[in-house]
Amino acid sequence: MSGSAGTLTVRDLTVRFDDGRRGTVVAVDAVDLDLPPGSVTAVLGPSGCGKSTLLRAIAGLERSDRGVIAYGGADLAGTPVHRRGFALMFQDGQLFPHADVAANIGYPLRLRRRRRAEVRARVGELLDLVGLDGYAARMPATLSGGERQRVALARALAVEPRLLLLDEPFSALDRGMRERLAAEVADILRRAGTTSLVVTHDHEEAFAVADRIAVMRAGELVQVGGLAEVWAAPVDASAAELLGYDTVVAGEGAALLGRLVGGDTGEADWDAVALRRSALVLDGSGPLAGVVRAARATPDLVRLELDVDGLGRVSGVADLGQVVAVGQHVRLGVRADRLAALESKN
Amino acid sequence: MLRPGRWRGAAWGTAALAVVPLAVLGTFFLYPVSGMVARGFWPDGSFDPGGVAEVLGRERIHRVLWFTLWSAGLATLFSVLLGVPVAYALHRLRFPGQALLRTLIVVPFVMPTVVAGVAFRQLIARSGPLGGLGLDGTPTAIIAALVFFNVSVVVRTVGSFWEGLDRRTEEAAAALGASPWQVFRTVTAPALLPAVASAASVVFLFCSTSFGIVLTLGGLRYANVETEIYQLTTQELDLQAAAALSVLQIALVTGLLLVSARARTRGAALSRTAPVGRRPGRRDVLVLVWTALVVGFLMTPLVSLVLGSLRTDAGWSLDNYRALQTEGAGNALLVTATRALATSFEVAVQAAAIALVLGAVVAYLVSRRPRSRSGRRMLGAFDGAFMLPLGVSAVTLGFGFLITLNRPPLDLRTSALLLPLAQAMVALPLVVRTLAPVLSSIDPRQREAASSLGAGPFRVALSVDLPHAWRAVVAAVGFAFAVSLGEFGATSFLARDDDPTLPVVIFRLISHPGSENFGMALAASVLLAAATGAVMLAVDRFRVGSMGAF
Repeated sequence: MSGSAGTLTVRDLTVRFDDGRRGTVVAVDAVDLDLPPGSVTAVLGPSGCGKSTLLRAIAGLERSDRGVIAYGGADLAGTPVHRRGFALMFQDGQLFPHADVAANIGYPLRLRRRRRAEVRARVGELLDLVGLDGYAARMPATLSGGERQRVALARALAVEPRLLLLDEPFSALDRGMRERLAAEVADILRRAGTTSLVVTHDHEEAFAVADRIAVMRAGELVQVGGLAEVWAAPVDASAAELLGYDTVVAGEGAALLGRLVGGDTGEADWDAVALRRSALVLDGSGPLAGVVRAARATPDLVRLELDVDGLGRVSGVADLGQVVAVGQHVRLGVRADRLAALESKN
Repeated sequence: MLRPGRWRGAAWGTAALAVVPLAVLGTFFLYPVSGMVARGFWPDGSFDPGGVAEVLGRERIHRVLWFTLWSAGLATLFSVLLGVPVAYALHRLRFPGQALLRTLIVVPFVMPTVVAGVAFRQLIARSGPLGGLGLDGTPTAIIAALVFFNVSVVVRTVGSFWEGLDRRTEEAAAALGASPWQVFRTVTAPALLPAVASAASVVFLFCSTSFGIVLTLGGLRYANVETEIYQLTTQELDLQAAAALSVLQIALVTGLLLVSARARTRGAALSRTAPVGRRPGRRDVLVLVWTALVVGFLMTPLVSLVLGSLRTDAGWSLDNYRALQTEGAGNALLVTATRALATSFEVAVQAAAIALVLGAVVAYLVSRRPRSRSGRRMLGAFDGAFMLPLGVSAVTLGFGFLITLNRPPLDLRTSALLLPLAQAMVALPLVVRTLAPVLSSIDPRQREAASSLGAGPFRVALSVDLPHAWRAVVAAVGFAFAVSLGEFGATSFLARDDDPTLPVVIFRLISHPGSENFGMALAASVLLAAATGAVMLAVDRFRVGSMGAF
């Protein structure tokens, strides 16, 4: 029943909301999306862009106004949530507060009338998978946020769903936990081979978990592709911003950077370039010159705000050992892997 | 594996689920009430609104209306004045014995009206403990009894709201230099106002539609709209006038319900923090003394009722209780009081069962949030329809039953289900109001999570709704049972003379002359109060916040 290869295809999906006074709001606007078997796709977008609605529509929790959602070629329009064979994991887990960890994880198994011994064995297996051995009898209220999310993940994976939907799975956690859990979940999903769709506003989360990325804005998917591919070539300035790029330099500045970086590869005529915060590095022999406007030490490096000749205000970094003072004139190097040319200006 | 069409089927299932309570409401509430209304406007089969206008122009009707308004208004005012400080003491402070006081405060509210009427009468009768005050048959007695009933509504509604108010707002004001009084005036009072307004409108509603109290204490001189309807139908057989008054009452009460619903939604958007009571300090002394006085006021009639039931002309004795096994002096009754108690229990069990089944379905549907605006609007109307029994006088309902369900296709005059059905209609809004907030407070994503893991709608209700709401279900059943035990308005029309319920028996006993019958009425009242009280106290242990708060 599960794991059997099938692609989830979304075609022309449109979801409108009746929003009282303001009339209709188009939350999802003619979206096309394919989720190949075994892939982990992240839908990345700012809050309110409709990404959660997209996920809920795929789950069957929202009715679409137009378009098709199909799995393995079979239209899901007439299939209610509980018969889709998908699993949904929420931001805060939504464990059943009145049931202990084992009962929560075993819930979908009991729904399918598995034998008690089988349920117990599978629950043990899942607890092991998410690293929560010995937690079977704990109540959800006694767990930390990260532990709750692990239980929620185990519960979602219990019956090997055809598709796992994760709605901002780590954003309720603190930073350290978020990074650790995201890495673990990526690992678990890959090992289980579960086709997954993660919805998030956090590019680091997307980067950690997914192998494919879909950038969503105002109800539309503006860019879909492999992780590295999308990362290296954001479709426009605001996509770049979502992907964690710090600034976009256009015009002369872009051309300058194009000559510096792309000179060898022949891509000299860039219109706009997106820079990460670490694209410029303090380097005595670097090709660029600028003035330090602000410097702030972090545990790993020194973050700089610079006025760079030909580029304007941009960010940069220096090693902790380097002495940097505000107002100081410095030379800067460019790291080609920390910037991306935008295909065209919008 | 996939079964297309099933999803649409679920929507039909929901609609079908809604049909059952709607059909019952239509048949056993709307049909009788509209039958009653039709009597007013179509007295001889032809439309005659002039007759209604004529009735509303009568001087006596004006007197009744005026009395209804000012007695209910004063009773509401006093209930709020007495109740708000008590709400503070019982819900913002923390002191030993508080749980007991909270329970005692609820007791009057769950007392059957007839019992409260008898208790007050006994207290202020010329021969009673407070006979010297000369309150017998005065409006003061009626108002005091109404206040007795409704203080707990104020305490519960305002108290549970106050408990949830974020203390940090007050602390911030205090840190900015506001004195305790200034904090109350500028921060607490404005935040509290919606809850007070909501409580006051509900209390006014209860007071202006009070039946048992006014009938037992008002005598012949004072009548409100509700008792006047009763008088007009049973004594004077002026059905047109009764129907006209019913229509007027329905209009007024519906307006009031809308106001109170408004107040409720305005107050709903508050952050709620975990309630932690403060130990009382010196400045709380006044409030605590006030609370003690209020509790004393509430307990006096009840204690006096118990003591009175243990006295006969010959001194202390249990004779009044022994008399419960007889038909009363001068054969005031056709059956024994104990037989009537058995009937009351039997009817209450059936009424509670009906109210629970219907109320659970209604609350379940009302707690869903449809996406479309039309869906939300339909649900709102659906919800409102089941609040109607709160607004239509039980007397109107009872009389409507009599005149509409007495001929084919629905000839239920002799049906044993007639009385339980009527009482279930009276209890239904309370069941819905107890269950719906609990079901609505469940995060919808809990149901979505269960659903996505493979649970069908029934399974979702079983594994998400029920574990959250079972306490509320128990509370609602108990509530419905207690309401039905004490129901008097509709029952006074529908109970058969040869098989009455206990409240009817009590009323008949106090209407008959003779101190023996009065003593027996006291004993019967104690019995009824004890039965109702026991149910409510058992239910109160489940601590469902939504119960008894509006």
